[in-house]
Amino acid sequence: MALTDTIHTQAPPTLKAIIGGLIAVAAIAVPFLLDGFQVFQATQVLVLAIAIMGLNLLTGFSGQFSLGHGAFFAAGAYVTAFFLTDGSFPYVGAVLIGGVVCFILGLAFGFPALKLDGIYLALATFSLAVAMPQILKLSILTEWTGGVGGLVLMKPEAPQGIPLDADQWLYFVVLAFAAVLYCLVTGLISGRTGRAFLAVKDNPLAAEAMGIRVTNVKVLAFGYSAMITGVAGGLSALVTAYVAPDSFTLFLSVNILVGLVVGGVGFIPGAIIGAIFVHFMPTAADSVYQGLQGVIYGIVLIAIMLLAPKGIGGLFRR
Amino acid sequence: MEFFFSQVLSGIASGTIYACLALAVVMIYQAIHHLNFAQGELAVFSTYLAWQMLEAGLPYWIVLLLVVLLSFGLGWFLQMVVMRPFQNAPMLSNIVVFIALFTIFNSLTGFIWGHDIKTFPSPFGFGPLVENLGISRHQAAMMAISAIILTILWAFFRFTRIGLAMRGAVSNPVSSGLVGVNVMAITALGWGMASAIGAVSGLLVAPVVFLEPNMMLSILIYAFAGAVVGGLTSPGGAVLGGFIVGIVESLVSTYVPVIGAELKLPIALTLIIVVLLFQPAGLFGRRDIQRV
Repeated sequence: MALTDTIHTQAPPTLKAIIGGLIAVAAIAVPFLLDGFQVFQATQVLVLAIAIMGLNLLTGFSGQFSLGHGAFFAAGAYVTAFFLTDGSFPYVGAVLIGGVVCFILGLAFGFPALKLDGIYLALATFSLAVAMPQILKLSILTEWTGGVGGLVLMKPEAPQGIPLDADQWLYFVVLAFAAVLYCLVTGLISGRTGRAFLAVKDNPLAAEAMGIRVTNVKVLAFGYSAMITGVAGGLSALVTAYVAPDSFTLFLSVNILVGLVVGGVGFIPGAIIGAIFVHFMPTAADSVYQGLQGVIYGIVLIAIMLLAPKGIGGLFRR
Repeated sequence: MEFFFSQVLSGIASGTIYACLALAVVMIYQAIHHLNFAQGELAVFSTYLAWQMLEAGLPYWIVLLLVVLLSFGLGWFLQMVVMRPFQNAPMLSNIVVFIALFTIFNSLTGFIWGHDIKTFPSPFGFGPLVENLGISRHQAAMMAISAIILTILWAFFRFTRIGLAMRGAVSNPVSSGLVGVNVMAITALGWGMASAIGAVSGLLVAPVVFLEPNMMLSILIYAFAGAVVGGLTSPGGAVLGGFIVGIVESLVSTYVPVIGAELKLPIALTLIIVVLLFQPAGLFGRRDIQRV
């Protein structure tokens, strides 16, 4: 059984440019229109969108699968936090180092993942997600992870001379990361590597016959995907100024996956739709009926899968 | 050496818990070729139903029977109403629906019965089975009941027409449909049976670990590990795998100093990955071979 359906559509270029421009203007206007807490929430949505984009690269384009991307998110967050505990290291550098570490971790996990397909990969990554908080609490790692208490870091302030408060500044930092990563990802998938990813996803045998090294491509996809999600994790550490094992439970991984599927697998801008869904849906469900949050969330999720099997993003791409 | 054996025995004791749920996991894998991530939550829901009936004063064995029947009905209903539209959907959609079911039942259980820990009775008692052997009567009963379920399942798949139909419906739904198997009903039957087995495992586990809405989450990981170790296609292997996981867990947490008693989940993870790497179909599983 196929993991996902592949969607191929191209929006007309002018329409694309107009929509892209509108989104860019809206994204820049957001921190000036909303109050402090809402800006903070918008930043978190962006962080989640980056993580979802990372998973999309893996699932939507190379046809692999992960229920445990929260683990890479956590790794990125911890590496970043580790460098920033004393406040002297440049924070952008710390986030990038987090990304690099996750790239290596992703390659390392990608190799065993090669041998697994479908259900077994789901299982291995699912248990990775469940085990992650406990791995972070392991006593041998306490020196670096701070154990149960986690790590506190300094929230970066806007540089001198820029009239923005810390929340607004962080929003723009995250937005810049999101924009750069978006361009990198779209560039990657429209080029040679991306075509190789898609070929491997749609028909590994044929891809191999065409001279694509399926093994390398799959492992590389895992690496890139983990790197992007790791950068998102690092940014989340900046945003919340605190990392602790229990922020990286199974539900983080589930949120990333649900965001991906809701936004549309293989549709990169869908990440933002998915991020908005997973960030606001629980609160919205709670306001519908206090206490039955999970039930409403689940029912909405099933309804989306039923009515829009290719995700909300898929609805625009018929 | 005596200490070692007592650790092995304690591993076997917790292994029974994993074996029970692993059996349910394998059962549903046999019926639908998916791993049901909501399996544990369904079992917890059934256990709470049983708790409610026991509170109302019904005798244990009647409650057991009622809960098994109700869970069977619930599983059937889920397949017929919720899962049915997704039978040809890509795997990812199925997994998302399982996640949805997970949150639905987790939240529903917490909403109806609250999040505080409840004690659950055992009809077998907790006294030692034999003097100086580290196994309580309840644990012995768990093993016995797992063995009985296993035997029934084996006989079901081996000797009955429905069992054969179920095996056929999984390995080739289209051809099975053509020779007159009602694939949908058979799949629903598989769901029902898996839920019923899950309910039994919930009822057996609850006296040991206490009843609360998240009771099954970590147990489910061990059950998955057990099912993988034994092979997803082999009910007997799953039970044995559950025991192996229990023993490994007990020994590692005793003899490897880094891993404290509280931090045992990474062991299950390592087991899953190592077994999948070296024996992808599990120790007793069949490897599916597909013609290109």
